[in-house]
Amino acid sequence: MQSSVMHVVVVGAGIVGAAVAEALSLDGHRVTVIDKTLPAGGATAAGMGHIVVMDDSEAQIALTSYSQRLWDERAPSLPLTGERMVCGTLWVAADDEEMAEVHRKYAFYRQRNIEAAVLDPKMLRDAEPHLREGLAGGLLVPGDSVVYPPPIVASMLETVTHRGGCVAVGKAVVAMKGSEVTLDDGTTIACDYAVNATGSNASLLSPEFAIKPRKGHLVITDRYPGFVKHQLVELGYLKSAHKSTSSSVAFNVQPRPTGQLLIGSSRQFDNDTSEVDYAILAKMLQRAIEYMPAISDLSVIRTWTGFRAATPDKLPLIGPHPDDDRLLLATGHEGLGITTSLGTAQLISDYIALRAPAIPLQPYLPARLLAGVKHAD
Amino acid sequence: MPIDPSLEKVSFTLNGRPATAAPGCSVAVAVMMNGVSHFRRSVTGQPRGPLCGMGICYECRLTIDGRPHQKSCQSVIAAGMVVQCDE
Repeated sequence: MQSSVMHVVVVGAGIVGAAVAEALSLDGHRVTVIDKTLPAGGATAAGMGHIVVMDDSEAQIALTSYSQRLWDERAPSLPLTGERMVCGTLWVAADDEEMAEVHRKYAFYRQRNIEAAVLDPKMLRDAEPHLREGLAGGLLVPGDSVVYPPPIVASMLETVTHRGGCVAVGKAVVAMKGSEVTLDDGTTIACDYAVNATGSNASLLSPEFAIKPRKGHLVITDRYPGFVKHQLVELGYLKSAHKSTSSSVAFNVQPRPTGQLLIGSSRQFDNDTSEVDYAILAKMLQRAIEYMPAISDLSVIRTWTGFRAATPDKLPLIGPHPDDDRLLLATGHEGLGITTSLGTAQLISDYIALRAPAIPLQPYLPARLLAGVKHAD
Repeated sequence: MPIDPSLEKVSFTLNGRPATAAPGCSVAVAVMMNGVSHFRRSVTGQPRGPLCGMGICYECRLTIDGRPHQKSCQSVIAAGMVVQCDE
């Protein structure tokens, strides 16, 4: 089985689908990628492109740190338009409670050999002079980076086509199982494996999994080179991002190589229209100005929204459907899809090749979300 | 507002040097009347200068009194103003 060439259909040409398709092509499989709109047309283009190691859980740090290693390894071959910049993440602590979290996070990272440094208030202001006075300190994680994902997706899909695969855009899939994918015009495509990599839309094709779109807003400014030097995230983000129901905003600012700043972030459930919600946008910008007052002098040139693919337990779905081991899921990456796309692609290609994965697949297996659900015999 | 040539000229600083302009004129006009047409650089480093003259195209942005990206065609020159184009 391992030695034969499989035909794999990947549904969804965001960064997760593209990375999976690329990995399978490099393994020698025949790959067909199908997307109902365009490559990188959803959360991939809407997000910040922050490659970040996150420590919400052991499973999350395993996948994010493995994926970051893969990003670092492929850095020399990324297209220049992918705008990779290793700016590090600076987690900003507003008070003593958040400073305690800085120390906990520091110990956790250092135990896992991830470089990190605790900053006192003076070091914080020296690192980012536009932050307001009176903050408690921060944690610098220098290995984190930022990218501009759409050209990277294009280069992944180029690898697929160079290896004889097919990328079909503007075609909607209406049903899929491991052996067959059906398009909206009734065409069926036979395959050996099928991968649902449709992000926040994944429940349309796999309704048994509760994947909810979690809306976010971003703003981009004009060019202000040197205004910030690191990806800045408030530690209160952890509190707000963990709430799974209500709307929340957090201070989250990213420098781009052009000198522009991306300003986020917002999280909303139960809002599935793509329109900008000015009330939450205002809250988001007020939050940014609280941390960095000089932001109020910058010109915003564009604002937009996107949808994260959220799962109930904050971990992605990677691996076989419990009732169909040829139907694979690669979705539910929420705010970490750019980071974890590369790890996801390796886990999926290892599964098909029956190779031992670099990290255990078990925590991400889709079956966990169906536990407690009685299956038909 | 029409420019009255009998009024005294306004002194301002352009790219670190003293300059003068007719009172009431836009910063864009003041800069160009001093022989400077390269206002800023595009993201890829190309020189840029005023195009539409009515605040729509954003090509005439420069730094006024330390504030970057000001639309010079929509700003009126003032005595003591410090105007800086991109290098």
